[in-house]
Amino acid sequence: MSTAVIGHGSIYAGGLRSWLTTVDHKRIGVLYALTALFYLVVGGIEALVIRLQLAQAEAGIVGPDTFNQLFTMHGTTMVFLVLMPLAAAMFNFLIPLQIGARDVAFPRLNAFSYWTFLFGGLLLNASFLFGQAPDAGWFGYANLTSKQYSPGMGIDFWLLSLQVLGIASIASAVNFTTTILNMRAPGMSLMRMPLFTWMSFVTQVLMLLAFPAVTVGLIFLMFDRFFGTHFYMPSAGGTPILWQHLFWIFGHPEVYILILPSFGIVSDVLPTFARKPLFGRPFVIFSGIAIGFLGFGVWSHHMFATGMGPVADSAFSIGTFLIAIPTGVKIFNWIGTLWGGHIVFKTPLLFAVGMVALFIIGGLSGIMHGSPPIDIQQHDTYFVVAHLHYVFFGGTLFGLFAGIHYWWPKVTGRMLGEGLGKLSFWIMFIGMNLTFFPMHFLGLDGMPRRIYTYAADSGWETWNQVETIGAFVIAVAVLVFFVNAVRSLRAGEPASDDPWDAATLEWTMSSPPPEYNFARIPAVNSARPFWLHKYGPTRDTSTHVQDEGTPAQSPEPGERIDLPSPSFWPLIASLGLASAAAGALVGLWAVLLGVAVLVIGVFAWALQPLERPGHPIFGEGGR
Amino acid sequence: MGLAGCGLSDDATIRPISDFGRQTQALYETVFWWTLGIFVVVELLLVFALWRYRRRVNDPEVPEQIHGHTWLEIGWTLAPAVILLAIAIPTMSTIFRQQAPPPIDALQVTAVGHQWWWEFIYPDLGFTTANEIHVPRGRTVNLTLTSGDVIHSFWVPRLGGKRDLNPGSENTIVFTADSVGVFEGQCAEFCGTSHANMRMKLFVDEPSDFEAWANLQARPARPDSAGYQTFLASGCAACHAIDGTPAQGKVGPNLTHFGSRSTFASGLLPNEREPLAGWLRNPDSVKPGALMPDLNLSEARLSSLLRLLEGLR
Repeated sequence: MSTAVIGHGSIYAGGLRSWLTTVDHKRIGVLYALTALFYLVVGGIEALVIRLQLAQAEAGIVGPDTFNQLFTMHGTTMVFLVLMPLAAAMFNFLIPLQIGARDVAFPRLNAFSYWTFLFGGLLLNASFLFGQAPDAGWFGYANLTSKQYSPGMGIDFWLLSLQVLGIASIASAVNFTTTILNMRAPGMSLMRMPLFTWMSFVTQVLMLLAFPAVTVGLIFLMFDRFFGTHFYMPSAGGTPILWQHLFWIFGHPEVYILILPSFGIVSDVLPTFARKPLFGRPFVIFSGIAIGFLGFGVWSHHMFATGMGPVADSAFSIGTFLIAIPTGVKIFNWIGTLWGGHIVFKTPLLFAVGMVALFIIGGLSGIMHGSPPIDIQQHDTYFVVAHLHYVFFGGTLFGLFAGIHYWWPKVTGRMLGEGLGKLSFWIMFIGMNLTFFPMHFLGLDGMPRRIYTYAADSGWETWNQVETIGAFVIAVAVLVFFVNAVRSLRAGEPASDDPWDAATLEWTMSSPPPEYNFARIPAVNSARPFWLHKYGPTRDTSTHVQDEGTPAQSPEPGERIDLPSPSFWPLIASLGLASAAAGALVGLWAVLLGVAVLVIGVFAWALQPLERPGHPIFGEGGR
Repeated sequence: MGLAGCGLSDDATIRPISDFGRQTQALYETVFWWTLGIFVVVELLLVFALWRYRRRVNDPEVPEQIHGHTWLEIGWTLAPAVILLAIAIPTMSTIFRQQAPPPIDALQVTAVGHQWWWEFIYPDLGFTTANEIHVPRGRTVNLTLTSGDVIHSFWVPRLGGKRDLNPGSENTIVFTADSVGVFEGQCAEFCGTSHANMRMKLFVDEPSDFEAWANLQARPARPDSAGYQTFLASGCAACHAIDGTPAQGKVGPNLTHFGSRSTFASGLLPNEREPLAGWLRNPDSVKPGALMPDLNLSEARLSSLLRLLEGLR
């Protein structure tokens, strides 16, 4: 049933070449996850240095320039290189499995997305090699980012790599939107889709609509810096506020791009461990859609201090308050899901419940910020740093960790240790609150964000010290997780196909799944097809079906399944794209060289036959 | 407030000293109690559900498969909406009250943000100062905000909320301070290398004290003549102004009544001989990235300049 994680017969078997050319969504998912976890360590180390510097008033561990680079890189890394790709890892691995598909709609575009993300991240971090990391914040407000006020290469690295990462995200969003709309198994109607796939779907649509705004903003910035235009230059009639609008009309939907996948994960994990269906399923789905929709109408609540006037302040305030309603609906439905269940306390459940408990705090402080008079007191202070970390760390990352612990057996074929899993949860939960809760007090006490030093008589030192201790507690938790992961891969207990007694399609196949996912595309007749199969319609009071909907697992001997063929060309194309971006730092010839590689890559990709000749997978009697 | 025990200092936002700050604080308290109430109820429900419905040994194989409850759903959609309405109404009235036009006799002050210091212009009183803003208690101030370079944000926590200083356009804050004292402030929008060092002080004076201070500031300077010659010879006048003399540089702070300020270098150091000498020797070591260059001053020039600055009262 289970095979070695990496070894003969595993979908992960094969040398370097097989990884460079892979178009298997599961392997691409694993690549996304490994890369994102690597950057989690990088962004985490940046955070620890920031915390060390702030542990003492007037400390000199790093100077102002290094500090400004660190918080800029910490924010940019965690948003674009950790939280988004960690979610992308799960989109990749899980969406085809959850909807009953053999791969994504565009397998090579999928590989292209991953490589472009990887190279974009490397380009961003290459700035460290030149000692010129970006230093204008992850939000990069104009006109501080202009050539006049940021003459170095840091901002160029930042804007070019964000463009590359944006292309990766948009390509991926096109791919998964198409996959979800077109590749669902027969009977997998939209309303039967698992919640993770549903919230991921909303996320893809948000990415498609939000990234173009920041792309335009970055192109303006690029023109200002490279070609001497004046989009953001007040001295020549431009307006720096334009950047803030373009950035936040992307940036606020981006918040939901980061949180909705975790909402989806929690909505899949809680029912499994409560052994009940998700309470109010249609409400949870439609509230997710409502959050995504309203998310486009509230961007200026990041700009209450810019002086927009009372009418705009009121409009964006009301829009922001409205988002609290669907968010509250989700939280109540999660509690409703637990209510009356038989709750099994495994690590994924702990992380999912932790996500709910912590996200509530971030949501409530968000309501405070939705009120402009209160917001302009708390704006750009540590109160907002507390708020956003309760949302992104307590919400997004705890949700993603719930997902990692939940689907780990499916991905690797091994169980994670429950003891170490629970240990890492509790350490992380304590460390998280120790680090971020006191930031509320510091914000109320007048400590602004993004300051590398503060006066000894400010009275801020004690809480800063507590926070620094908390940050290292979080680091220990992450370390325990990595120990757990390595132990599991080396000698973990082999996972069964369905270790949690779950309800959705991915648990019907072997752990890890075969390359082709489904030997026979399943016929779906319920939102919980596998549960129905296991327990029958009598136990599922709302589903009136006669057929138990057995998801087929055994193919006929000699049956042929066509799979997309591996290809080097997506890798070459994204290498060309990233080189063209990096070339902008060198000269026109380097840009043209990159473009040439990109063009060759795209043409060769288009001309290479799509599918491997169908291979008779069960000629030898199955695995 | 329930936050008294949270180690907040004297300069906390929750101790307002103006009408502007008090309106904000009243609204904050309303929202604080609502959110605290929601927090307690929802987290208790969550913890209770986890404890009450934990799996027990003799549970049946699966619990009852409940899919939802329409009236409950409608209820917990409407309940937040009603609470939000209770927050939105005072929010809207506070927004419009705080952004109402100032009375016609308001004291006009203009704050100009610079990397990394504050310029305060009193157009009706005819003088300019830096990094320390004085206002009279009880009189409405119309503070106009703009920037000479990048975006900054004016923030004195106890005064009330912050407002950005945008290059190329003007913002305003209208407030009436009601408590005499000295209050800390700081730039709140990240503005480059020494953003953390862009501090200021707000002095709320009794009206008579304010008048005395303003009269002093409006007088032309009477600089020490030897020191003034050194000032010119060292090139200081390229950036700094001393009103009443030909020195009219506009790049750095106006120094006309430098000696009357309690701090210098955007509030980083007390206005005393030793720190001042250290600053003149190497500005960058005090405020990294400072645009004032290290002038390689000889000891003779240094003490001459110190005499000048101390005399500019």
